[in-house]
Amino acid sequence: MWNLYNKRIRMMKNVLTALLLFSACALAQPGPTSVAIRNVKIVTVSGPAIEKGTVVLRDGLIEAVGPSVTVPADAMVIEGEGLTVYPGLIDALSTWGMPATAAAAANGRGGRGAAAAAPAEPRAWGPEDRPQTTSWIKAADVVQPNDRRFEAARSAGFTTAVVFPTAGIFGGQGSIINLAGDKESNMVLVPSAGQYIAMHTSPFGAGFPSALMGVISYVRQIYLDADHYQALKAAYARDPRGMKRPEYDRALEGVIESKRILLPANRWTEVERMVRFGAELKQPTILYGMRQGFDPRALDHLKVKNTPVLVSLKWPEAARDTNPDEVETLRVLEDRAKAPTAPAALKQAGVAFAFYSDGIDQTRELERAVKKAIDNGLSRDQAVRALTLSAAEIYGVADRLGSIEKGKIANLVVTRGEIFEDRTKVEMVFIDGVKHTPAPEPAGRGGATTENRK
Amino acid sequence: MKKIVLAGIMALAFFAHGSLRAEVTVIKNATIMTEGAKGTVKGSILVRDGKIAEVGENVMVPEGATVIDAGGQWVIPGIIDCHVHIAVDGNMNEGSVSVSSMVNIKDVINPEDIAIYLALAGGVTAANVLHGSANSIGGQTIVLKMRWGKDADGMIFEGAKPGLKFALGENPKRAGNPQAGGAPGTPLRYPSTRMGVEDTIREAFNEAIVYKAEWDKYDAAVKGGQHPISPRKDLKLEALKEVLEGKRYVHAHCYRADEILMLIRVADDYGFKIRTFQHVMEGYKVAKEIAAHGAGASTFSDWFGFKMEVFDATPYNAAIMQKKGVVVSLNSDSENGELTSRLNTEAAKAMKYGGISREDALAMVTINPAKQLGVENRVGSIEVGKDADIVIYDKDPLSEFAKVQKVLIDGNKYFDRDQDVSGRAAKEAEKQKLMEREKQDAPQGRGGRSPQ
Repeated sequence: MWNLYNKRIRMMKNVLTALLLFSACALAQPGPTSVAIRNVKIVTVSGPAIEKGTVVLRDGLIEAVGPSVTVPADAMVIEGEGLTVYPGLIDALSTWGMPATAAAAANGRGGRGAAAAAPAEPRAWGPEDRPQTTSWIKAADVVQPNDRRFEAARSAGFTTAVVFPTAGIFGGQGSIINLAGDKESNMVLVPSAGQYIAMHTSPFGAGFPSALMGVISYVRQIYLDADHYQALKAAYARDPRGMKRPEYDRALEGVIESKRILLPANRWTEVERMVRFGAELKQPTILYGMRQGFDPRALDHLKVKNTPVLVSLKWPEAARDTNPDEVETLRVLEDRAKAPTAPAALKQAGVAFAFYSDGIDQTRELERAVKKAIDNGLSRDQAVRALTLSAAEIYGVADRLGSIEKGKIANLVVTRGEIFEDRTKVEMVFIDGVKHTPAPEPAGRGGATTENRK
Repeated sequence: MKKIVLAGIMALAFFAHGSLRAEVTVIKNATIMTEGAKGTVKGSILVRDGKIAEVGENVMVPEGATVIDAGGQWVIPGIIDCHVHIAVDGNMNEGSVSVSSMVNIKDVINPEDIAIYLALAGGVTAANVLHGSANSIGGQTIVLKMRWGKDADGMIFEGAKPGLKFALGENPKRAGNPQAGGAPGTPLRYPSTRMGVEDTIREAFNEAIVYKAEWDKYDAAVKGGQHPISPRKDLKLEALKEVLEGKRYVHAHCYRADEILMLIRVADDYGFKIRTFQHVMEGYKVAKEIAAHGAGASTFSDWFGFKMEVFDATPYNAAIMQKKGVVVSLNSDSENGELTSRLNTEAAKAMKYGGISREDALAMVTINPAKQLGVENRVGSIEVGKDADIVIYDKDPLSEFAKVQKVLIDGNKYFDRDQDVSGRAAKEAEKQKLMEREKQDAPQGRGGRSPQ
């Protein structure tokens, strides 16, 4: 009798909540505000794993977590027997949700597609023309909530991404977004998370800058100009009388607004160059790429300023359409063989690192790419950390993301089996406490070939 | 216990070997072309802490010194190439603009360029790495030592004055012409005549003078205790300001006599110096003027006629300029290190064309380029107190049959022919292993990836 009464009350509550939610936001998925996953293995990342425990989510936040947490009366209960819950994965440099023009050339090496995709701008004759610069654009303002790549990413366990407009040299400001939502406003966690800078070179005959050294000098000039601009603005604010007003410059406003910069570095010698460059620009710097992150010289340079790095999940592969008789250099072969050992080497050296998708947007490919780092010496726990708490720490949001702790945002991934294993299935993800179930994989889309037959 | 003792001995051996090799080395029984006051001598060189400590017939070998017996072999100072484009990441030309003095080779040093190793294997120990010649005023340049294996910072010839590339004639004037290199449909870049090149340089220095005055005024005000807002720092004009202040050398690519005289006039008008004329193929026509300006000339050995503006060139150029009092060097202008690695025979050609002496010919790739780069107190000859940048050849270095055996830079061995040759098999084996592994790892038919 009591049970029946309780149930009724619970149902009524649920209906009420649903109604409330429905009226508040007509498009939102109606559901309970509280969810409890019990008898589940919890990989908190911030602390030791809990072999059997309960996680309670409420109003988009983690309300409680522990081995003996009471399930609230109003919670929708998920039986977690045989399941493991991890913090939602974070793609630390992504173009998911970015419109095509802003997202071209995500690999940091320039990419020829970018020039074609970017809107044509008049030929630049010097830094003053602010070529290939859209530093003022915020990803949050151009994100497309209905991007189909979100679903594939969620199916691989990703709940969050730091997405960047990546066209040109100063692509724009990245935003930390959740990978679900019906409009930008409820997806955006941090609107301005850093400025994306690419060493985007152009062929001979194009406008300034065309060579790598031209790009570097342009970036340097922009930061000199930004300093000067700020000094002028401050003086004008103090006393505008008798002073010519400083000319408004959106390119400089964009870089000034950016908390940190992302610079590309794949080879160890690029790491040296960019660590030094970031220091010269006096900007907190994150390097992305890291193909040669395994090289001791790269590690040494990273340790000088404790520079955090983002490791591309797109491991170098032999091009598939080259002449099979062509012999590659030992250096190229070594790079390909050793690139997936970079994460383990970074870990060993104590360099803070996270992973990024670098254009991969297929569920299985994302999973396989992470697995490859694990096969090359990174422990599973370290891989999970790199995709969760480390990414959050690098962007300064570890107080709200990246681990399963009370009070943090309720972004979780629930798997059957250990994450990143071939046979493991992502059962569901939670984003802001809302449950998403991966769509069944379309037939022929990698599903049948997930096993490595060696 | 035994093990510990053994480990101890091994550690000691390691330290002794590791440290002493860098500290004290004696090269003995060699024929030494010092390119200094001593001329060519038979004897030994003592190297201590990276510097040449003693040169002579009888040099005491300190205890623990590493001894290199160069019996029957030849030793020369490290070769210096006054004009290369090696060790550069990306395009060596920022050719989009007529004045690209804001760009700097220093930003794009590629210490992994195999051309560095090739240069080293040819006895080159230092090189002046220049921006290309696509524009009237090109980028900032830097002098490197060929310290193969070091990082970019470790390559830089510390204390060597940086430069700025200028270019006259055909290259800077044609780059804006879509029929000669420019992409079709792109706007033409000024200038397209030699007159325009002069005008471009003058306009740039007109701007630089105004810029310098602004900064001088600001600097004076700051010195006087005031706190004005600084002028805008302009990287393009900053480099020209440094030229005006004598803090940066000008290395000017040129061919014809008329444009050489033009640049001397411009430099005189604006009060700066041309440090070197590069290529300078008609330098023999205006050698006296070049010498009077105090500029050096860095030319090719025996190339001519490879384009219109080189039709009046002659292999006697180097010898004639030298006799007229110009400090002459021979360079490779190489992007891949190929010619850089045989500058010794380029020097030898000056003996054939113009009857230059052995020592003076070798000087054109050692002490003369050192003088042109302002580092003659550090390198360019084997003399006490100088950097131990030393090359050992098996035969007379002015012979085309001579092979470099060992190269020291700062007293450290950076190239050893025996080690190179004996190490090749292991590298090839490593390569085969990696290729096999890749073949095995590749899933049949690249499973799992659907065609996209």
